[in-house]
Amino acid sequence: MTERYDVLVVGAGPAGLAAAGAAAAHGARVGLLDAQPRAGGQVWRHDVRKPAPAEAREAIAALRGVTVLTQHSVVANEDGALRVETPQGAALLTYGALVLATGARELLLPFPGWTLPGVSGAGGLQALAKQGWPVAGKRVVVAGSGPLLLACAATLRAHGAKIVGIHEQASADCVHAFARQLVHWPARAAQALLLRAKLAGVPYRFGSIVRHAHGDEAVRMVEIENTQDTSCVDCDLLAVGYGLVPNVELAQMLGCALDHAQTHPHVQVDELLRTSVSAIFAAGEACAIGGLAVARIEGAMAGHMAAGSAHEARALLPERDRARRFGTLLAKHFALSPRVHALATPQTLICRCEDVPLGALDGYADARDAKLATRCGMGACQGRICGTALAELGRFPHGAGRPPLFPARLATLAGLALSPSDDASRSPT
Amino acid sequence: MSATVRLQVNGQPVEVPAGASVAAAVAHWTLHFRTSVSGEARAPLCGMGVCFECRVRIDGVAHQRACMTPARDGMQVDSHD
Repeated sequence: MTERYDVLVVGAGPAGLAAAGAAAAHGARVGLLDAQPRAGGQVWRHDVRKPAPAEAREAIAALRGVTVLTQHSVVANEDGALRVETPQGAALLTYGALVLATGARELLLPFPGWTLPGVSGAGGLQALAKQGWPVAGKRVVVAGSGPLLLACAATLRAHGAKIVGIHEQASADCVHAFARQLVHWPARAAQALLLRAKLAGVPYRFGSIVRHAHGDEAVRMVEIENTQDTSCVDCDLLAVGYGLVPNVELAQMLGCALDHAQTHPHVQVDELLRTSVSAIFAAGEACAIGGLAVARIEGAMAGHMAAGSAHEARALLPERDRARRFGTLLAKHFALSPRVHALATPQTLICRCEDVPLGALDGYADARDAKLATRCGMGACQGRICGTALAELGRFPHGAGRPPLFPARLATLAGLALSPSDDASRSPT
Repeated sequence: MSATVRLQVNGQPVEVPAGASVAAAVAHWTLHFRTSVSGEARAPLCGMGVCFECRVRIDGVAHQRACMTPARDGMQVDSHD
C-alpha cells in the first residue's frame, strides 16, 4: 500500500503537531505519524487519570486536514518515501517534503543493579504511570539529573506513589545558580514553583547519586551516595534518568549530517531548519535539547518551510533564538559529575539486550569491533541504550545504525525495494 | 467506551483503566516481563518504546512491546518468554 503526502511529519509530539498544523494551513496534504498509540509525544503523553493539558488538546484539535497515523513505526527509507510498519501491516508513505520531529529519549546510565525489575528511567516511570502502571502506595526513589525529576515525582505522587526522596546529581551550587537564572524565564519559574508546591514534604537532595540497587526478584533497597556520606533506603521502585538525548537514528538513516560537537549527536540544521538533505527539515529536540517551547516554535517553522513558506518561518526566528537559550542553560547547570560516569563496575551489564558486562569491552577500539566480538549493541534496541551509555561514559562514540530502524516483521522487510542485508533479515521479529 | 478494560495476564484476569498499556496490566501481576539471554527477569526501563525490555507475548504473537500496546478487552498476555 502506498500513500502520497506533500508533507510528511515524523513524530507527533509538540514539534510534530506544530509542524503538521503549519504545513496544513498552507493547503498541503499532510501526514503526521508516530509510533505511539496516541499523538502528544512524551511531554504531552496521555494520562489515564486526567485530561490532556489544554495546549496539547488545542494543538491536536487544530490539525484540520492532517492525516494522523498513530502506531506507525518507520522501518526504512526509499527514494522519497518511508517504509512504515503498523499493527495491520506495512505501508509505503511517499513525500514531497519531510519534517523530522523525532524528539528525545532519556539518558539511562548503568550502575550495579540497574537491570533489576522495578528500576526504570525517571521519565520512563512517569510515562508508564500515565498509562496506568500501578504506583499507588509504592515507595519510589527518584534520581538522576535535571528538572524532569521534579515533573516525574509530581506525576507519580498524583498517581498515589510515596516519593521517598529526589536525588539530583548536580551540586546545590549548580542547582541554585540555575534557579537564580529562572528570573529571566517567568513561565519556567512559575512551573518550577508549582512543582515544588506539589512536592511539599519530599526531600530534594543535591550532589546525591544512587550508586547501587539491591534486590532479588525486584529492587528493594538502594544505596545513595551523598557529598558527605552514604545511606541505604528501602523502596519498591527506583526511577533514575540523567537527562535527555536527541533521537537522530532516522535522520542518520536518511543521510542527514549530524553535529557531533557534543557527546550525543544532534541533527545539523541551518537557520531555517534545513538538514543537509534537500527537502528534509528537522525541529525540536532532535536538533539539540531545548524543551517544549523550542519544540513548538521550531515545529511551526519547519512546517512552514516544508510547505514552501520561508517568509513565515523566518518571522519566528527571534522567538526561537530566545527559547533555545534555555536549553543552553540546562546543559550548563546539570552537567554530569564524573562520579556518575564511574558507577558501573566491570561486572555491570552494559548491553541489556545481550547481557554483555562492561568489562568485556576492554581492549576494543570502537563500537564496531566490540560488537563483532561481544555482541554488545546487537540486540533488539539496536544499541540505543548501550551505545548512548558508552558514549556518555567516554568509551566510544555511538556507532552508525543500519536499517531496519527498529526490529521489523519479515513481511514488512519483504516489501522493501532494496534487498535487506543478511543482518536485517535475521533481526528479531 | 467502557471506563475499564479486562484482559488476561499469564492466565489471570486483570482490569485496567481504558487507555492503559499492556505494560500496566502486566505490572498488576508480575515485574517479570521477559527473560534475558542469561536468564534474568527484566521489566520496562524506558517506558517509551526504546529499550525493548518490556517485550511480552500478546494473543500468541511474541516480542510485542508492552509499553507501546494499548490494553484491549479479551487480550491474552504472556510474560516470562
